[in-house]
Amino acid sequence: MSRAPSPLASIPMLRRIDGLRTTYADELALIRGVGGWAGLIGLAALYVATPLVIDDFWLSVMSFTAIAAIAAIGLNLLTGFTGQVSLGHAFFLGLGAYTAGYLGGELKLPVLVWLPAAGVLGALVGLLIGPFALRLRGLYLAIVTLGLVFVGEHIFLNLRQITGGPQGRAVPSPTIGGLNFADLGTSLGLPLTREQSFFLFVVPLLALAALAAKNIVRSRPGRAFQAIRDREIAAAIIGVDRARYKVAAFAVSSFYAAAAGALYGSYLRHITPGQFDLGPSIQYVAMIIVGGIGTVYGSIAGAFFLVLIPRVVEALSPAIPFVSHSATGSGVTLVVLNQLIFGALIVLFLVFEPLGLSGIWSRLRTYVKTWPFSY
Amino acid sequence: MTDFLQLAIQGVALGAIYALIALGFVIVYKATQVINFAQGELVLLGAYLVYAFNQTALPFAVSVALAVVVMAGLGWAIERTILRRMVGKPVFAVVMITIGLAIVIRQVVAAAWGFEDLLLGEPWAASRIQVGELGVNVTSLVTIASAGLLLALFFVFFRFTRAGIGMRATAIDQEAALAVGIPVRGVFAQAWMIAGGIAAIAGVFLVAFPATLHPGVGFTALRAFPAAIVGGLDSVGGAVVGGILVGLVEVLVQGYQPQVAPWLGNNFHVAAAYLLMIVVLVVRPYGLFGTRVVERV
Repeated sequence: MSRAPSPLASIPMLRRIDGLRTTYADELALIRGVGGWAGLIGLAALYVATPLVIDDFWLSVMSFTAIAAIAAIGLNLLTGFTGQVSLGHAFFLGLGAYTAGYLGGELKLPVLVWLPAAGVLGALVGLLIGPFALRLRGLYLAIVTLGLVFVGEHIFLNLRQITGGPQGRAVPSPTIGGLNFADLGTSLGLPLTREQSFFLFVVPLLALAALAAKNIVRSRPGRAFQAIRDREIAAAIIGVDRARYKVAAFAVSSFYAAAAGALYGSYLRHITPGQFDLGPSIQYVAMIIVGGIGTVYGSIAGAFFLVLIPRVVEALSPAIPFVSHSATGSGVTLVVLNQLIFGALIVLFLVFEPLGLSGIWSRLRTYVKTWPFSY
Repeated sequence: MTDFLQLAIQGVALGAIYALIALGFVIVYKATQVINFAQGELVLLGAYLVYAFNQTALPFAVSVALAVVVMAGLGWAIERTILRRMVGKPVFAVVMITIGLAIVIRQVVAAAWGFEDLLLGEPWAASRIQVGELGVNVTSLVTIASAGLLLALFFVFFRFTRAGIGMRATAIDQEAALAVGIPVRGVFAQAWMIAGGIAAIAGVFLVAFPATLHPGVGFTALRAFPAAIVGGLDSVGGAVVGGILVGLVEVLVQGYQPQVAPWLGNNFHVAAAYLLMIVVLVVRPYGLFGTRVVERV
């Protein structure tokens, strides 16, 4: 994308901070200019500092965000980059969570086995769905994935030997030998709580997932995904193998979802089929809409936003006069208010800010970069 | 045999409800190429409105008529205020908007009426008709009769009225329809009004005895999706066939699966409708009666 050159960019130092894109290689680069490196170092410092500074409540928000963001990145690869709408993402999370529970809980395997195994199983099931994507267009596909959620929920409820039926099942903590990532305090003899340990465990995994996604989208397969999204027939004519890349997108996306599901289960310690039905599926779609369709960092922003909102509403609710706290009666209860905000957010973002938070961010960036000649 | 007949009548009655809900999907899809995920919630809200009007001592028929009018108005308002802004945006975005609307409507209903089970208060209530060994709920018969009448009216509407022919023309080709002077925007609004109105009627039958009225009804209505898809999203006749097929499959599976194939687990009938849909789509990607989309370069 070409931008109007900013007068600030003529200062060499600032140009290096901004990382001006002058060649095609610049456009593909993962980290651009001094600013990119500075940002990276800043993030690493934040990673170490965060668990020491904020309390367990906020750390749990962060851990949930990191896990949800991994799944959201997966969905964004499929929906945002390849243009294949899936309303069945929660099914793959469930698949991963139950796989983790079975492999880690019953067979006592370490996290190094069950986490990748969950992802691979997810990818294999994703491969099975892929062929539908080849035959079906647009909304028909969305509804098949919707069917998948219901079929999946039925399996989770009834395959009792593995899933534990409606009562659900336990999922073990991530351990390798004597090292328990959910309890680094005892394992390493450091004063760390469960929340601090888990934060330290999942955030690098999110970084890994984001890096892998970034590498996919800036290289050949990612370009193929985007070509299919933008105009399928044109993509086929310039030699993109539609079948191969659509199926690949499903497999990769399902891998992400199932791996995130395994982490989610492990974090919650206990899972039930109800956690993987239509509601969460829609939440993941909402995350990528709010964050920004077709961006990796947008998926993370969207996940954070949607994990955060119910917590904020809950914290503020005593101050909101019309919220009632009875669980069953009529009136605006907390759950109702949360869902109401959630639904309204989807509508408002799509109507007024279809590019999501990443759209707002890039407008801000452009404003600063082209200052004082912004328009 | 009696068992089977009884189940079959139940199945057709349920199918008729699904057909009415699916018709809501199909009409909006044909006119605007949008799948309205909020249709289930329109059905839910319609049913609650009938309940609310009926509570104020209005006669049942008047309550239904009022609910139909209000829901048609709501359909119009949704199209006018939200969906019209989305013309020309990616289909995915528009569909997600209807999902957002669905969530909002469900919560408004929950906030207004709470979560407890309510009885709709239909005049025929729990009465049954006994013919020999065959006992049938009056609800089933009323449902089948009303749905049949409504669907017949729709066929007449699409075939013989100006507005109906205009809607069909718009569905086939929007630009050509504009060129011959059909008010395409008006057609969009009409489609949403019809979808709203028909949702209220479908809602009445969906929650009439032996079912009850509660916010979860919107999810039951989601099972009309397989009906619309099996029949083909853009086929009115398909909605009817798909609806009855899905209704029959659901009730028959519910009736026989626990004895015949208990290993399939509890409540298999819920998943069965979706499995049927997936199987049909494998064989016919555009449903049984849907229009094949031809790609031109």
